[in-house]
Amino acid sequence: MDIHEYQAKKILSDFGVKIPTGGIVYSPENAENKAREIGGSKWVVKAQVHSGARGKAGGIIICNSPLEVADATDKLLGKKLITNQTGPDGKIINRIYIEEATDIKHELYLGLVFDRSSESIMVVASTEGGMSVEEISKEKPETIIRSKIEVAVGIQQFQAREIAFGLGIESKLISRAANTIIGCYKAFSELDATMVEVNPLVVSYQDEILALDCKMSFDNNAMFRRDEIAELRDKTQENSNEVYASDRGMNYVSLDGNIGNIINGAGLAMASMDMIKLAGGEPANFLDVGGGATPEKIVKAFKLISMDTKVKVILVNIFAGINRCDWVAEGIVQALSKIEIKHPLVIRLAGTNVEKGNEILKKSNINYIEASTLEDAANKAVKALG
Amino acid sequence: MSIIIHKNTKILVQGFTGKIGSFHAEEMIKYGSNVVGGVTPGKGGMTHLNLPVFNTVKEAVDQTGASTSILFVPPAFAADSAMEAADAGIKTCVAITDGIPSHDMVKIKRYMRRYPKEKKMGLVGPNCAGIISPGKSMLGIMPGHIYKEGKIGIVSRSGTLGYEAAQQFKDLEIGVSTSVGIGGDPINGSSFRDIIEKFENDDETIAVLMIGEIGGPQEVEAGQFAKENMSKPVIAYIAGLTAPKGRVMGHAGAIVSAYGESAIEKVELLKECGVTISKNPSVMGETVKKVLVENNLN
Repeated sequence: MDIHEYQAKKILSDFGVKIPTGGIVYSPENAENKAREIGGSKWVVKAQVHSGARGKAGGIIICNSPLEVADATDKLLGKKLITNQTGPDGKIINRIYIEEATDIKHELYLGLVFDRSSESIMVVASTEGGMSVEEISKEKPETIIRSKIEVAVGIQQFQAREIAFGLGIESKLISRAANTIIGCYKAFSELDATMVEVNPLVVSYQDEILALDCKMSFDNNAMFRRDEIAELRDKTQENSNEVYASDRGMNYVSLDGNIGNIINGAGLAMASMDMIKLAGGEPANFLDVGGGATPEKIVKAFKLISMDTKVKVILVNIFAGINRCDWVAEGIVQALSKIEIKHPLVIRLAGTNVEKGNEILKKSNINYIEASTLEDAANKAVKALG
Repeated sequence: MSIIIHKNTKILVQGFTGKIGSFHAEEMIKYGSNVVGGVTPGKGGMTHLNLPVFNTVKEAVDQTGASTSILFVPPAFAADSAMEAADAGIKTCVAITDGIPSHDMVKIKRYMRRYPKEKKMGLVGPNCAGIISPGKSMLGIMPGHIYKEGKIGIVSRSGTLGYEAAQQFKDLEIGVSTSVGIGGDPINGSSFRDIIEKFENDDETIAVLMIGEIGGPQEVEAGQFAKENMSKPVIAYIAGLTAPKGRVMGHAGAIVSAYGESAIEKVELLKECGVTISKNPSVMGETVKKVLVENNLN
């Protein structure tokens, strides 16, 4: 789960990381007042959407008066911001963060992630703040500092100091920088985060170390014990079909093609998408209804796919194990008695009691194309596009 | 021989009396697995499915001599149960539970480092289908009847894609020595490398099918191990050719976040290691068959 910049900064600030003074607003009038309240003579107006690269997309505006702040807010609110990470549809701007401008001396990069090889928490830092970590690793790999943290004891002062010295921070600011790094580590480890990225982390002309922008992602599997994080979810930033699916316990990712998929198991779902592509088609979605594939799940899955206007053909691929094919077939028949499907439907069943399952489908009055193997199913789905 | 589980392996079920634990314990018993009891804290002394229930894993191990456990405990308590198994001297624990937080997995892995190698528990999973040595024992939730006894090792992240392979094998009359599901989470108990090393050391296994997917370094690490240390052929299929970058595809671990983690990059890196690639998921069985013929292993 992702959260907004202003929410992530509030969390960092709770862990002792210094952030510029700022506040969230929902209207231009609000914005003007907020600017006066913050004070100073220069402000930054920042669109709050779940995406990086907002500056290049016009989502960050520097202003020299409270009136300019109001105008900038007016310009952004209610619009969709299209960045190189949001896809062509962009993301709606419903909240604006107003912040005092910072006198930047140096821009640095600081990120924390799980390192899957060493199964520890990895701190990644670089002197090249403002660039994405991918760009840094491509263009300035020599500037990257990596530090593996032993999770049992957590980050130590010396490790944070080493990173700070590695970033070329002046001696008198070292302990301030080290405490910033430790604060970020604590936020990561104590709140079930999977990513904390401060980019840029800046050194100001006033000798402050400030988190100027921050992205955080959290482990969906840990939300049962993180009410305070779960309530930060902003569903307006997610694809509406994906929200519908995740609220009903299904794994769904919307894609650009036109062949809708209903599959049990994440691996089989990815494999079926691959087969569609090899057969010359494009999948409209990834959908894993779970190992169970119960009739109720199948009904919900058909509902979900029929909400997607891109879909021209539906492919059902179920490998029934403990839940037998005859049960799955009955579920499909039941689902189609409740939902009208206008598109061609290709069904491939495999596994336990496959003959019985296919017989049930044939005897029903549903209109479908039977497929035997993964390859056969993908070929028939692409052919059905016409 | 098979790997990890054999005919007489004594099995405990953690989360035994729950609905899911009970259902799969019965399926395992029907298959012929030697389930000797279960653990549900607070229900010790009861009898369930004609088997004893214990309060602690330690007690269960003392009284039954069990060496292996399967875990159906809900996500919030699963890490605790896995560490309890490790401390009680369980040799292999298969965690079926889906949804264990990554921070808990890192904690379990760190906790298990306290034991010397010979006493360290092998954890398989979580979020996996488990292990089956066809005709001998089943320690998992797979449909046992689709696996034919034989000599090919299977190791897969995905459950259903592993079943797909077993079915293709059966249709081509290829048998399986052991099939291991390692699960779809980003931090897991056993890696591909851990399992293919066991297959290399198993007299009965003659070749290994590895079914990987996008995300993480494990498939390529296994490929490098195979190149340097394996005499047996390795065949691989990597799912997720069409998966977009930066999106989680169902499995928490199936996300491309660095170089070498996409399906195309993994396929290229595995080819360099001498691994034979099954070009699509429909020909996993055929590709294995072809490799067996080429190596005179038929």
